[in-house]
Amino acid sequence: MKWENWVGLLGLALISVGHYQGLFVAPPEAMMGDVGRILYAHVPTAWVALVVYLVAFVAAVGSLGSGKRGWDALVESAVEVGVVLNLLLLFQGAVWAKPTWGVFWTWDPRLTTTAIMAVSFIGVLVLRAMLNRPAQRAVASAVYTIFAFVSVPVVYFSVKWWKTLHQPFSSPETVDSPMVTPLRVAAFGMLFLAVFLMARRWRLAYAKLSREDEAPDLPPAAAAIRLEGGGA
Amino acid sequence: MIPTRPGLVRQIVAVIHKDLLVEWRGQARLLAMGTYAVTLLLLFSFAVGPDTKTLQQHAAGYVWLALLSASTMTLTQSFRVETEAGALEALLMLPVDHRAIYFGKALANTALLVVLACLVMPVAAVLFDLSAAEGLYWLLPPIVLGAAGLAGPGTLYAALTARVAAQQLMLPLLLFPLIVPALVAAVKSTSLVLQGDPMGQMSSWLIVLASFDLIFWSLSGLLFAKVVEE
Amino acid sequence: MEPSAVETSALGRRYGRRWALARVNLQVARGERLLIAGANGSGKSTLLRVLASLLAPSIGSARVFGHDVATEPSAVRARVALLTYTPGVYEDLSARENLRAQLRLLGRDDAPEALLERVGLELRDDPVRGYSAGMRKRLSFARLLMQRPDLALLDEPYGQLDPEGFKMVDGLVAELSQAGATVIMASHMVERAGALCDRGVLIDQGQVRWEGPGPQTARAWDAAHGGGR
Repeated sequence: MKWENWVGLLGLALISVGHYQGLFVAPPEAMMGDVGRILYAHVPTAWVALVVYLVAFVAAVGSLGSGKRGWDALVESAVEVGVVLNLLLLFQGAVWAKPTWGVFWTWDPRLTTTAIMAVSFIGVLVLRAMLNRPAQRAVASAVYTIFAFVSVPVVYFSVKWWKTLHQPFSSPETVDSPMVTPLRVAAFGMLFLAVFLMARRWRLAYAKLSREDEAPDLPPAAAAIRLEGGGA
Repeated sequence: MIPTRPGLVRQIVAVIHKDLLVEWRGQARLLAMGTYAVTLLLLFSFAVGPDTKTLQQHAAGYVWLALLSASTMTLTQSFRVETEAGALEALLMLPVDHRAIYFGKALANTALLVVLACLVMPVAAVLFDLSAAEGLYWLLPPIVLGAAGLAGPGTLYAALTARVAAQQLMLPLLLFPLIVPALVAAVKSTSLVLQGDPMGQMSSWLIVLASFDLIFWSLSGLLFAKVVEE
Repeated sequence: MEPSAVETSALGRRYGRRWALARVNLQVARGERLLIAGANGSGKSTLLRVLASLLAPSIGSARVFGHDVATEPSAVRARVALLTYTPGVYEDLSARENLRAQLRLLGRDDAPEALLERVGLELRDDPVRGYSAGMRKRLSFARLLMQRPDLALLDEPYGQLDPEGFKMVDGLVAELSQAGATVIMASHMVERAGALCDRGVLIDQGQVRWEGPGPQTARAWDAAHGGGR
C-alpha cells in the first residue's frame, strides 16, 4: 500500500476519535452551547485549508524557480484540495452563523476573506483549464497562485478595518482546556486527510502532465542529399 | 559592437511615452471608455432609484465600480496593441529590461485611469450633487493611489491572460478578487473626501492603499519577466 | 579563438509531440551569408526563432557569438535582429513614430528618416494600420537596420515584396554583409537568395538534408522535391 493511504487511514481514525470526543465527551461550549460543537470540524478545516494553500504557494515558487513538472503538479493538487476545504469551510461557517447570528452571511473579515480566497483559488483552476501549452500553463498558474496567497492577509486586514464583528481567532489557548485535546486530534486528522488527498491528486496530476508533455522519440536521421557532378 | 544601453529609468520613460502615444493616437478608444464609465454611473443611479441622499452616500462606490469596469478594457487593450502586429515580441528582442516594460506599461495604465477618473468625477459630481468641504483636489491622492492599485496587478494579469482566448472574461475573473483591498480603501478614502472626515481616518486609508500598491507593484515587477517570456 | 556567429549541436525543438527541428548541427562563421531553404513547415522559422532566443531548444544547444540561447538570452538579443512576417509595430502609430519609439528605447535619438528612405518608404504620417503588406515588410526592414545587428535573421525577406523590393533586399543584404554582420535567411526564392549567399542549407521535416555552396541550393532543392518549386 502506498504511504499516503496509511496517512489517510490515520487521518480518518483521528477525525473519528476527535469528533467522538467533541460531540459526546467534551462539555458544551460556554457561550454557544451544543451549536458550538461545530468548532471541532470548523476550526481544523480552517487551519488545514490555510496549510494546504501554503503548500500551493511553496509549490508555485518552486515551479517558477525550477520549471519542474513535479512542482507544477503539486500546484494543481494543492490548489484543488485547498478549494475543496475552502468551500467546506464556507458551508460550515454559514451553518454555524445561522443559529448564532441569525443570518447565513455577515460581512465579517474572516468570512469575507474566506469567500474571496475561494474565488481567487478557483481562478487558478479555471486558468489552468484555459491554457493548453504546458510551460505557459505552469508559469501562469504559479504566478497567479503566488498572488492569490499573498493577497489573503492583505484582504483580511483591509476587510477587518472596513468592518469588524467576530470572535478572536480560535487557538487552543483561548479555548477551554477540555476542548483542546479533541480539537487538536481532529485538526491532525484533518491534516493527514488533506495530505492523503494531495498526494493522490499529485500522482494523478503528475501522470497526466507527464503523458501530455512526454517527449516522443526523435525522428530517424534523414538521408543526406548528394548532388551529382560535384557539390557538397 | 554593443551600444551603451540607457538606464532603467530612461527605458521606463521611453515605454510610458510610447504607450501614451499609442493611446493618444487611438483617441476614439479613450473616448469610448469614458463614455462607458459615465453610462455605468447613470445605470447605477437607475438601479438605486432617484433618492439623492442615498446616491450621494454611495457615490464613491459607484465611481470606483465604473472605473474598475472600464479598467479591464484599458488593460486588455494595452496588450492587444502589443500583440496585434507582434510589437511585444519586437520589444522583447530589443535589449530592453523587462522591468522597464512592466513599470512603463503599469505607469501608463495608471495615468490612463487617472485621466478616466478625471473625466468621470465631474460627471458624478453633477449627477449626485457632490461637493467636498476641503476642495475637490483632495480627491487626487485616492484617485492616483487607487488607479495604481488597479493598474499595477492589472498590467501583469493582462500579460498573463494575453494569450487566453477568453481574455475579456478571464482578466476580471482573476483581477477582481485580488484588488478587493484596493477597492475598499479607494472607495473609503474617496468617500471621506466627499462626505467629510470627522474621525480623521483619511491618512490610514491612504496608507492601506499605498501599502497595497507597494506590495503588488513589487511582486508584479518581479514576476513579469517570467510571464512575458513564456 | 573568437566563437562562431552560430553554433548548434544536436539541436531539436518540439511543439507538443511533434518535432519541428531535430539533430541540427550548424556552424556559421562570422560575416557569412547563409541561406536556409525548405518547404513550408520544414522548420526554417523555428530554427530562426530558436537562434533569436525566442524559443528555447527542447534538446541540444545553440550558441550565438558564444552565448547560449537558453541561458543568456539578453546577451544574444543585444546582437541579434529578427525579421518575421509580423512587422513588430504599433498599428496606430506612423512608421516614423514607431521607429522613433524604438530608438528611444535603445537610448538613441538619431532620426528615423534615413532608415525609412533606405527601405523606400515615403515619409507619411498616417498610421501603419493602413499600410499594404509590402509597405509593412519594408518597415520591418527599417526596424531591423535600426538595430544594427551583428547577426541578422531574415525570415522570408522577399515575401510580399514586388520585383523592385527584391532588388532592395539584395542591396540590403549586401550592405549588412559589408558592415560585417552575419546574415541567415530563410527563403523560398532559392535561386535568387542562393546566388546571394555563401552557403546554403536544405531543411526537410526539421532535419538538415544538404549543405553546400549557396548557388547550388536550387539544385539540392530540385533533388529533394523533384523539381517542383
